[in-house]
Amino acid sequence: MANTATHDHAHDHHDHKPHGLKRWLYATNHKDIGTMYLVFACVMFFLGGAMALVIRAELFQPGLQFVDPGFYNSMTTMHALLMIFGAVMPAWTGLANWMVPMQVGAPDMALPRLNNFSFWLLPFAFTLLLLTLFVPGGAPAGGWTLYPPLSLQAGDSFPLTIFAIHLMGISSILGAINVVVTILNMRAPGMGLLNMPLFCWTWLITAYLLIAVMPVLAGAVTMLLTDYFFGTSFFAASGGGDPVMFQHIFWFFGHPEVYILILPAFGVVSEIIPTFSRKPLFGYESMVYATASIAFLSFIVWAHHMFTVGMPLAGQLFFMLSTMLIAVPTGVKVFNWCATMWKGSISFETPMLFAIAFLFLFTLGGFSGLMLAIVPADFQYHDSYFVVAHFHYVLVPGAVFAIMAGVYYWLPKWTGRMYNEKIGKLHFWLSTIGVNVLFFPQHFLGLAGMPRRIPDYSTQFADWNMVSSLGASLFGFSQLLFVYVIWSAVRSGEKAADRPWEGAHGLEWELPTPAPYHSWETPPTRSVISHGAMH
Amino acid sequence: MSEMREQNNRRLTLRLLGFAAGAFAFGFALVPLYDVICDITGVGNPKDLLRASNVQAIEHDESRLVTVEFVADLPSVGSWEFRPVIAEMKANPGRLYEIDYVARNLTGRDTVAQAIPNVAPGKATAFFRKTECFCFIPQNFAKDEERVMPVRFVIDPNLPKSIDRVTLSYVFYDNSTRVAALN
Repeated sequence: MANTATHDHAHDHHDHKPHGLKRWLYATNHKDIGTMYLVFACVMFFLGGAMALVIRAELFQPGLQFVDPGFYNSMTTMHALLMIFGAVMPAWTGLANWMVPMQVGAPDMALPRLNNFSFWLLPFAFTLLLLTLFVPGGAPAGGWTLYPPLSLQAGDSFPLTIFAIHLMGISSILGAINVVVTILNMRAPGMGLLNMPLFCWTWLITAYLLIAVMPVLAGAVTMLLTDYFFGTSFFAASGGGDPVMFQHIFWFFGHPEVYILILPAFGVVSEIIPTFSRKPLFGYESMVYATASIAFLSFIVWAHHMFTVGMPLAGQLFFMLSTMLIAVPTGVKVFNWCATMWKGSISFETPMLFAIAFLFLFTLGGFSGLMLAIVPADFQYHDSYFVVAHFHYVLVPGAVFAIMAGVYYWLPKWTGRMYNEKIGKLHFWLSTIGVNVLFFPQHFLGLAGMPRRIPDYSTQFADWNMVSSLGASLFGFSQLLFVYVIWSAVRSGEKAADRPWEGAHGLEWELPTPAPYHSWETPPTRSVISHGAMH
Repeated sequence: MSEMREQNNRRLTLRLLGFAAGAFAFGFALVPLYDVICDITGVGNPKDLLRASNVQAIEHDESRLVTVEFVADLPSVGSWEFRPVIAEMKANPGRLYEIDYVARNLTGRDTVAQAIPNVAPGKATAFFRKTECFCFIPQNFAKDEERVMPVRFVIDPNLPKSIDRVTLSYVFYDNSTRVAALN
């Protein structure tokens, strides 16, 4: 037996991998690290989701039921931090780790050990952040935006939160650098930049956004830290600082950040829709340019998050119009996706269902964004539930649905096994119904004047809040199906073909299924590349 | 081949790290940049609000009355009492007025406080001139001391016609470490 094992090893050295804990602790393989990122994101998704359910339970009825207002505020703050920095961003980095080397024909990420480091920073960052739940004064409760002066009044949670954000920042900057170097330097000979799949393109642009703005966030929270501990007065008004300046610096990071969360989603959807429409993507190059334009515009629109702090009319007009301008490249994208489906031979497997829901519901979230961009209207909507409805529409059926679509789409390639299509579809329908019952009523609540970040509300808001909370339970608990469907696929799914989706393009589908531990050790030849692109 | 690739990777990585370091520095550069932009556009500069205006003889505009509201805020409750003696008044643009704020130190120790003013709407800021204000300097308070502190102001008659109500508010910070930096 031992002999056979050794023999197998020698023979099949391609699949040689270290075993046990060391495989993960010392991981340098992009697939292992990608898996760790995805599992980590999933854990954070459920933790953040549990916090969201605490919020919705408290809001099920008017009055204070379950938690005290301070803890409620901690829940909204922690929910946001966990979902943004713990769930969505690591999920994208995980998908990039898995797919980018396979899609550009590289044997691994360019900087494997740095890759290990940037992943392992995350558990430490989130341990620090979650520790705040147990320190005197409780977890940060001033909102994920950490506006001073409120954030400077936090208790012992303050330094933990700041250092957690520093670690997350370093992790995502290093992850982004890795993606850029991989895409620019490691492409197989013959794969030009404009031959890359759109997922690589959107991630390349996302990575540049990350490198440009995560350090700005690090700077902003460092200034908070020195204001808190060392008597500087960047934002402390009593020493001549200006709290509004924090908002400018924060949103200079914060607006590109929302595109960091969504651009890779555009990439995933641009892979899935052509596959299941059995047509090439309509307007590939315009997709690339639209993505780049969105990224550029994201740097000059930040103040639309803070119209109500007071700014000159010229400033309001500039930020209103530049914000609305973003609708143009986004419109190009939505048009291209629709045009790709036009007269396509469409089939509705789970990834396609999620991609279509993304297309529809993300666009809806975009429309409410346009409403918010109108300065006089924003004066009414600001800090209301309408804003909550808007950003959850672009983030949940937007970014999160795209992540799920990507997982269903590539799962057969990763594991060699097919998920259960019936349960996948059930998961899709429950999620889609749940997410709309959850967030659509919040538009009504916001327009009727319900403010965000409050544990109690006036009784006229009771009905829609109850509906929204019911939707939250449906959406939240149906995510257990997602875990089940992946788990059962990994354990006992049917064996998947090398190209499980007949219309799938790209180099990853030229690899055997499951993708070998070391792929593209010899770069794909030009004929393989063009076969991958054409097929 | 692989050595060259490694070299290329290293070069690009260092370049990107430099880019990230530059972005970090840029975050801090936004601080002076922000002041510059505030100077150019003339909005929200606390330094202006904390400087006595030089008021030459201005003609009164008896025909016009502007309501001035006085607001007092504390960053947290319990350790100070702080209020204006009147809540609002009618003022003729061009005429000099004086009103009082009252503060009482409940911190249980000798301390220093600094009032930070704000004028709303923002458009009115440039036309609301204080010739004397307790916010210009840090205020020393003995334990349990209560004190009346004056502010003298004149509203510039060039105040846009659309504005008939101006709010002057102060936040009163107990802060012995930071006040030195301001002046």
